[in-house]
Amino acid sequence: MPAVAFASQTMSKETLAIEREEDIVQVRKRARALAQARGFDAFACAALTTAASELARNVWVHGGGGEATLEELSDGTRFGIRLVFRDHGPGIADLERALRGGYSTARSLGLGLSGARRLVEDFEVDTRSGEGTCVTITKWTRF
Amino acid sequence: MTRAGPIPILRVADVLLTTIHVDLQDTIAAAFQEDVLLEIEATGAKGIVIDISGLEEVDTHVARILAETGSMARLTGARAVLVGMRPEVAATLVRMGYAMGAIETSLDVEEGFRLLGAWPKG
Ligand SMILES: Nc1ncnc2c1ncn2[C@@H]1O[C@H](COP(=O)(O)OP(=O)(O)OP(=O)(O)O)[C@@H](O)[C@H]1O
Ligand SMILES: [Mg+2]
Repeated sequence: MPAVAFASQTMSKETLAIEREEDIVQVRKRARALAQARGFDAFACAALTTAASELARNVWVHGGGGEATLEELSDGTRFGIRLVFRDHGPGIADLERALRGGYSTARSLGLGLSGARRLVEDFEVDTRSGEGTCVTITKWTRF
Repeated sequence: MTRAGPIPILRVADVLLTTIHVDLQDTIAAAFQEDVLLEIEATGAKGIVIDISGLEEVDTHVARILAETGSMARLTGARAVLVGMRPEVAATLVRMGYAMGAIETSLDVEEGFRLLGAWPKG
């Protein structure tokens, strides 16, 4: 069964720049405010905001900066928060490996991308060599 | 005591106590780690309790800084105990596949002090 049964409707949309390290914090805080306002529980809030933090940091560290779009959705029964992280960096050279986890070109743990994927219901990556990366995640309320 | 960062470190008996209440971005994180090491050296504390009950989320970046701080403390002969991790933070880190590694953990500040043998007997 698909995660979204109906066409979902956008209720609000905003875009934040990710140019400095502080911007990562802003994206995360904004995502938390939206999630809390929509009644996400503490676990769902932590999952969404942690994923946001990981992906915003990837935009900043690997993508050379970019932006995050935060969107509130409704599918008729549930609320969703969709976050889109976009950069015009080098792209993810080995996406399959990066998604498996434990792989990093920055001598880090390589748990950001694979971890973020496990924290949300919907996860999509569009990456092109030399053009950039776009990661879209969506988290839904339970009812 | 000269401290570089915005995170206060208190001395309680022969251990240190610090409460993380700000975002551990790179510059703050580096200053915090230096402060911890300087305080351990200056006070001869046998351990440090790091309280993260105020953190609503801990991403792998912050988790790594905390684990690193624990390793650094250990190299200087002190024990570091991470306390107050919220249930949702623990669940999130585990789901991401993150292991806290070198740093010990405990329920709360009181338990952390007990673990370091520094809780006064009532
Ligand atoms: N936006 C991006 N642009 C280019 N490459 C990226 C991007 N996001 C991730 N990558 C690549 O995928 C790898 C894995 O990403 P992931 O976030 O899992 O690990 P990391 O950022 O290296 O380490 P950390 O565990 O600290 O997040 C990165 O090392 C990098 O090579
Ligand atoms: Mg990362």
